[in-house]
Amino acid sequence: MSAATLRIALVGNPNCGKTALFNRLTGSRQKVANYAGVTVERKEGRFADGNGRVVQVLDLPGTYSLAATSPDEAITRDVCLGRMAGEPRPDLLVCVVDATNLRLHLRFVLEVQRLGLPMLLALNCTDLAEKRGIRIDRDRLQAGLGIPVVETVAVRSGGTQALVQRLGQALPPPPKPLPEGTDLHAAVNHLLADAVRMPRRTAEIDDRIDRVLLHPVWGLAILAAVMFLMFQAVFSWAEPLMGGIEALVGWAGQGVSALLPEGVLKSLLVDGILAGIGGVVVFLPQILILFLFILALEESGYLPRAAFLLDRFMVGAGLTGRSFIPLLSSFACAVPGIMATRSIQDPRERLATILVAPLMTCSARLPIYALLIAAFIPAQTVWGVFNLQGLVLFALYAAGIASALAVATVMKWWRRSKLEHSLLLELPSYRLPNARDLALGLWERAVIFLKRVGGIILALTVILWALSSFPAPPEGATAPAIDYSFAGQLGHALQWLFAPIGFNWQICIALIPGLAAREVAVSALATVYALSATDDAAAELLTPILSAQWSLPTALSLLAWYVFAPQCISTLAAIRRETLSWRTVAIAAGYLFALAYLASFLTYRLALAFA
Amino acid sequence: MTIAKDSSAFANGRSLLTLPRQQEARVLSVADHRPGDVIARRLRELGFVPGELVRVVAQGPLGGDPLLVQVGFTRFALRRAEAERVQVETLP
Repeated sequence: MSAATLRIALVGNPNCGKTALFNRLTGSRQKVANYAGVTVERKEGRFADGNGRVVQVLDLPGTYSLAATSPDEAITRDVCLGRMAGEPRPDLLVCVVDATNLRLHLRFVLEVQRLGLPMLLALNCTDLAEKRGIRIDRDRLQAGLGIPVVETVAVRSGGTQALVQRLGQALPPPPKPLPEGTDLHAAVNHLLADAVRMPRRTAEIDDRIDRVLLHPVWGLAILAAVMFLMFQAVFSWAEPLMGGIEALVGWAGQGVSALLPEGVLKSLLVDGILAGIGGVVVFLPQILILFLFILALEESGYLPRAAFLLDRFMVGAGLTGRSFIPLLSSFACAVPGIMATRSIQDPRERLATILVAPLMTCSARLPIYALLIAAFIPAQTVWGVFNLQGLVLFALYAAGIASALAVATVMKWWRRSKLEHSLLLELPSYRLPNARDLALGLWERAVIFLKRVGGIILALTVILWALSSFPAPPEGATAPAIDYSFAGQLGHALQWLFAPIGFNWQICIALIPGLAAREVAVSALATVYALSATDDAAAELLTPILSAQWSLPTALSLLAWYVFAPQCISTLAAIRRETLSWRTVAIAAGYLFALAYLASFLTYRLALAFA
Repeated sequence: MTIAKDSSAFANGRSLLTLPRQQEARVLSVADHRPGDVIARRLRELGFVPGELVRVVAQGPLGGDPLLVQVGFTRFALRRAEAERVQVETLP
């Protein structure tokens, strides 16, 4: 790093507006990665100060204290102390405090003051403080703390001007720490009495909103409505975009087909790479809409309220209220769900959430459920009101949720941990989400999804393509080409394993390309049954073939299989990314496979006995 | 659990758990449930220190768990086992 570069780090309590300030300072010049060896997000960006000097800024995880109680708080402590390997100690710490919550936030500032690093205090959200009638005497605060104080409004354009200008001046000397053993709370109260006048303890509007949103009945009803709206949006808004992506991939495939001669290269590009990438990218619209909701709910302050309402329900199963959103997201796709577990600070609760997330019925399972239900479950009415097909679909979803709770409970017993897990969750003031912060957050998620997961998926889809394409069928072959390939041979070889649960060799073969993504199994079945058609058309053509050739127990067994089966490389890749542990991936895949086999076995045997 | 013993240490003291909703109270202490209790230390860092005013603002829909507690300018959701550590006295 050249001497001309200034390295600063933003530190502060959670909910102090630190990330908004970081976004305002750096715009899109951000790099998001992980700290070496842990899954705590490392956000770094750069901007130019008042003199045009490059400032490199690190957005450290929010923390209440340097006495860390979670991995992300430990990162903040270690970087501030210069104990983090590969992370030079910052030249300057910018302590960010919310001007409407000084009593809590200044205590941490006094703790940081002891570190002996040059410091600045960014008094953030001064606009809100003014609106609430909080009067802060900046000069007195500055004198009391012994560090320069600048006012910032992170949500307003130009709101960081004072900070950027101050950074252009000479570094302030390290502040004089308070004498050892000082009661920090008393010191904060003394500062506040000296420099701040405030009329009311909290915003009245928060009281009024909380009275409704946290009401035992209305609160839960509103939460249900919000979740319903979110799912409507994920499935209906994404539809045209997904259609567009599919059309684009199909068009690209045709273009490549027209350009290249028949052969291995063409097959690799069209059937391997394009189909593989297309199969993953097609979920991007759903994932972005889902994250738009999650980010907006988080920014507005509603997410911790949802965690508050649901905590008790989740604790019984060894989870936490914070697990709710990741698990809910997993109904669209387990990949964003697993990515969203970053908001769970407790490592064990986070791991439990990651491990059960694949049990939530994701949208990729729907094409398979739809195909099998249409082929095997009669469309009759039961008990006068319910459609039998709908009931079966509901039962499949319910089975996923029930087994997730059961698995989490078993894991809780397994650990037999005497350690108490705490909630201690701050419910911040409500605020309107800022469009710029939402856009930056979405961009970040999209990049993570495409780059981190995309690489592994691409590699694996190419491998699966090779397995399904080689060796080529001999001259004059009559059976479908896949039958002669490694995948076909593997399918036949695996038949002894799957025969007890009623799978025929066609299903065994389809399971292999279906590893790339669950819904690929539908088109794979079509290939095995020698149909050449796209997914949607394949399902229509397949329905009569399947209902003629499969027994009902086999179909039910395959349905039960898909409730549990870990057949999604993207999910396993996401687990690997978020836990940095192949062992966890093996545990997840192993237990899901065992459950799938058990469930299919029981379903098949029971169905045979009753049929 | 050492709640009974802790409560008796203060003539007027009671656990935050037993505080009726919306009633103002003053923090007396935060009891360690075991030596070096991390949760108790964190509660003190969050502002549960002697003299601070607290109020239970809301309760979770199932079994009144967790509690939403206002301390200073901030609201925290505390599970019952966490709130139990906080000893308060009601204001006259």
